[in-house]
Order: sequence, then C-alpha cells, then structure tokens
Amino acid sequence: MSAALADVEPEVAPGRPPEPRRRRRGRVPLLVWVFLLVPLVVELFWVFWPAGNSFSLALTRWDGIGAAEPVGLQNFLDLAADPIFRTALVNNVVWAVGFGGLSVVVGLSLAVALNKPGPLVGLYRSAIYLPMVVSLAVTGLFWRVMYQPGGPVNAALEVVGLGSLQRQWLADPEVALGAVLVAAVWRQVGYIMVLYLAGLKSCDATLEEAAAVDGAGAWQRFWRIVMPQLRGVNMVVFAVTVIDSLRTFDIVWAMTRGGPYNETQLLSTYMFQQAFTTGNLGYASAIAVVIFALAIGFIITYLARQARTED
Amino acid sequence: MSALTLGAQQPQAVGAAPPQRRRRRPARSPWLHVVMVPVTLLWLSPIVFVAFVAVRSFDDIAARGLGALPASFSLEGFSTAFADGGVLRALGNSITVTAFAVLASLALSACAAYALSRFAIPGRRTILLTMLAGNLLPPQILLVPVAAICESLGIADTRLALVVVQVGFGIGFYTFVLHGFMRGLPVEVFEAARLDGAGAGRIFWQIVLPLSRPSLAALAALATTWVFNDLIWAMTVLRTEAKFPITAALLNLQGGYASAWNVVAAGSLAAAVPTAIVFFVFQKQFVSGLLVGTNK
Repeated sequence: MSAALADVEPEVAPGRPPEPRRRRRGRVPLLVWVFLLVPLVVELFWVFWPAGNSFSLALTRWDGIGAAEPVGLQNFLDLAADPIFRTALVNNVVWAVGFGGLSVVVGLSLAVALNKPGPLVGLYRSAIYLPMVVSLAVTGLFWRVMYQPGGPVNAALEVVGLGSLQRQWLADPEVALGAVLVAAVWRQVGYIMVLYLAGLKSCDATLEEAAAVDGAGAWQRFWRIVMPQLRGVNMVVFAVTVIDSLRTFDIVWAMTRGGPYNETQLLSTYMFQQAFTTGNLGYASAIAVVIFALAIGFIITYLARQARTED
Repeated sequence: MSALTLGAQQPQAVGAAPPQRRRRRPARSPWLHVVMVPVTLLWLSPIVFVAFVAVRSFDDIAARGLGALPASFSLEGFSTAFADGGVLRALGNSITVTAFAVLASLALSACAAYALSRFAIPGRRTILLTMLAGNLLPPQILLVPVAAICESLGIADTRLALVVVQVGFGIGFYTFVLHGFMRGLPVEVFEAARLDGAGAGRIFWQIVLPLSRPSLAALAALATTWVFNDLIWAMTVLRTEAKFPITAALLNLQGGYASAWNVVAAGSLAAAVPTAIVFFVFQKQFVSGLLVGTNK
C-alpha cells in the first residue's frame, strides 16, 4: 500500500525534484500530529477496542454483573443448536436478497425513468427521496399504522376488490417478514436511485447514440451498453446492501421486535434481545461475532474498491 | 470528490442538451407522467395517511377505523404526544445530541483529514482505510463492550455518552470523505501561504476549512440525519426515559398509547419534521453527501 503511495507522491508536486519531498516528510509539525492522533485515539478507543472485546466476550458466559466466566466455544455450539438463531440466520439471508433485489429493481428503474431532466422530474425525484430522511424507527411506526387491521393497506385492498388478501400483516407469521421488508425497501429505494442516477450521468451518452444509430432497441441498449458501464455502481450497491442488511435493526424492532413467535427475528435483533433484554452478554457477543464474520468479506470488498479509487 | 465532479459535469450536460432534446422530444411521451404520477402518489401515501391519522380525533378513529378518510379535524393527537408523551422533551434531546455530535465529529474529522491529506505521515493510506473500516463494522459487535465502557467511565445513561459514541463511530467515514476533498485542493494555495509564513494551524483555519465548506456542508446534512435518526446507540447507552432521543421515546410512546393511533402518528410526524426540513433546505448537499465515498 505504501508503495502505491510513493507512486502518487510525485504527482502531487509535478515537475519538482525529489529533494523538497524529503524535506516535507521530515517536517510534520507537532500540531499536525495532534490533529491526527486525537481523532485516531477517539476512534481506536470507541470502535476498535470494543470490537476486540466482543471477541473475548464471545468466549464467556456473562450477565454483566459478576465476573465473566470463560466457556470456550460453548456459545457457538449453543448457537448451532439454537432454533431461533437458525430462523434469524435464514431470515437475514432472505432479508439481504429481498431488500437488495427489490430496492435495486425499483431504484434502477426509477433512475432510468428520471435520468433525463424534464418538467416535473425534479418533483418526482424529491418524492422518492423523501422517505430517506424519515428514520428507520419512524418508518416502522408509519408502516405499523398502514398495516393495522382496518388500516389503509387493508382498506385499499377492499376498495380494489382484493378483500380476500386482507390480513393482520404484522401478526401473521407467514407474511410479517415480507411486510417489514416492504417498509424497509420503501425507504431504501431513494438512496439506490441517487447512486444509479449518478452512475447514469457518468455513462458515455455517445455510445448509446451510436448503438441507436446501429438499430439497437432500447432494451438492448440498456443491457448491452448502459449496464456494463454501471458495474462500479453495482459493486457499491451490492456491498452496501449486504452490510446494511446485516445491520438492520431499527425497523424490525419498531415494527415487530422480532415477533410473532420470532418469525421476523434477524441476527441483529436477536443479538440485541439476548444482550439487553435477557442479559446473556456472552451469548449475544457470540451472535455479534457471527454478524461480523458474515460482514467482513463485504467490508473488505468495499474497502478495496475505495483504496483503488484513492489512487 | 465524485459528488463534486458530478456536480461540475451537470451544467455541461445541460448545455449540450438542446440539440438532442429537440430530437428526443417525441420520445418523451406522456407515458412517463402516466406512470410516474401514480407511482409518486403511492410513494407518498404512507406519509399522507399518517398525517390523516394524526389530525383525526380518537373517537373518529375508534368509530370509523384507521383506514377511513378523515371526517374530523383535531389536534388532540399532537397535544397529547407533546404534553403527556414527552415528545417535545425527546425532540430537544435529539437536537442537542445531534448538534454536539455533528459539530464534534466534523471538527475532529477535518483535523485528521487535513493531517492525512497534506502531510507526509508514514502509512497514511493504511491509517485512512483503517479509520473507514471502523465505520463499516456492524454496530452489533460494539454494543456490549461500549455499554460496559460507559459503565466503567461513569457516563452510562448520559447524553454525553451518546454524543461520544456517535462521534467515535462516525469519525472514520467523515475523515475519509474530507480527505478525498482536501487532497484535491490546489498545491499553489499552500505554497503561497507557506511563503507568507503561515504555519500548519493557520493554513488549516484560514485556507483549508473555508475551501472545504461544500464538502463539510454535504457531510453535515448527512450526519445530521444519521445521528438524529439513530435508535440502536440510544437504546444501548441510555436507560432513563427523560434522556431518550425522539426515536427511542416514540417506541415507548407506541407502547403506552397502543390504541391511540392519532397520538402515535402525531409523534411520528413530529419526529420526521426536523430531518425533512434539513432535507428540503439542503437537498443538493444531502444528495451529494449520499454520493460521497461511492466514487461513481
């Protein structure tokens, strides 16, 4: 990594002999060290140190009051046999796929539709962005209102003649997770659309025009010309979606707290419940370690991309 | 960075548009609007419905159901939420915590970004990426130890702890974004300032910070919504209801007024208003804030 840095360095001061560079390196003022070290220490103390602690806590049984009792890998063995953990894990996979898939399909379609400026386009875009500013907890409450028996969703189904589909959306184990997912997607689409709008703007328009002249249809142009140019955005969206999915907590907590019968439990909600409702801090830390293990690959993917663009 | 380059490209694209646009106009059929008007209305419908519920009286909701259109107009939902539900106090908590957390984390991040972008600090790229990595970690891996640390520092259940935790967790991302921006500032400005005898501190204060205003504004808009909307840190650090920010307070409100949907809806709307204002006033900064760190 530092080798790459050395390659960049000369470009910063083009046409300069290497001598001033060495002089600059030798003279990092004390104040600048303070500038760097204070934030760095804050982050090390509040992020990296606790993260490290979670790993050692995961190997203990601890109720937060007495001393932590080391139990080796017992927590992980218990997890493997825990049916709620298994539900949470499966739900998290369903969540990542559904959340990512739906928000990409809707967000990308809207981005393509609203890419070119025109009358009302700004208004449409603002409307799609708007849910993004509503917190996930409040989004959850909004949709709790929507999903109530006798609430707007059921009333709307009645009006359009689909009354047979009415149900207690958040109390029905079969559809509760999907109902929460819809609410989360509603909020996420704006963000995905922003990312794709930016990606579309940096696409080369002449390529598409050339393809149009050659007689390629709109569908063909999109998949063959535009999509390949969006590869970078797709990567970011993919990594962000998975990382977000593993973090998802607020909206589920606000809507169902993991119920009914743990059917909407995700890893994060189950972890929180174990830690702060039940007080099994060691067991909760083991779940946190599993979440970390699942996320780390995607974090590295994202970081590697950032590192490349840093050059 | 990318947000700014994109912003710069926009005028060109608009400038080059007229000849194409004339050609494309037939293609811009009413179909876009035929599809988008219902989609937009559908998209806004949850917000509209919650607003309807918030201004209906409890009796109206009880008699005609949640899904009915309003037949009454009453602000009793708001007054109950504000007075008995403590929504006003919770909003105050949220605003205080957000203001301090955003200011402190941007100040610290700006310092770190300046050091990393303009000085030959050994291993600076590794430091930068490590800091960013800290922000990408799932918060779940931090919750239990952070609660324990707050306990042992004696700041458990204080708003200060919430601010400090938010700062620690946010710094990595903000530093990364500001570093990208500050690195792009022209070298000539620095050389000139140095020739005039300005030290590192003065250059930072008088040159770098003013020049970084656009990216600071974008990050501030973004960070405000993040901190204001947080739930999980608040639930981890705080226990006393009087200290809860609005997100956590609303969940309690929802438990306490389980069937009084007008109160819950009024409280939820009140919680959404501050970030909505930030959004509408700073829409451009907000959107460019979302793009930073994604590089195309």
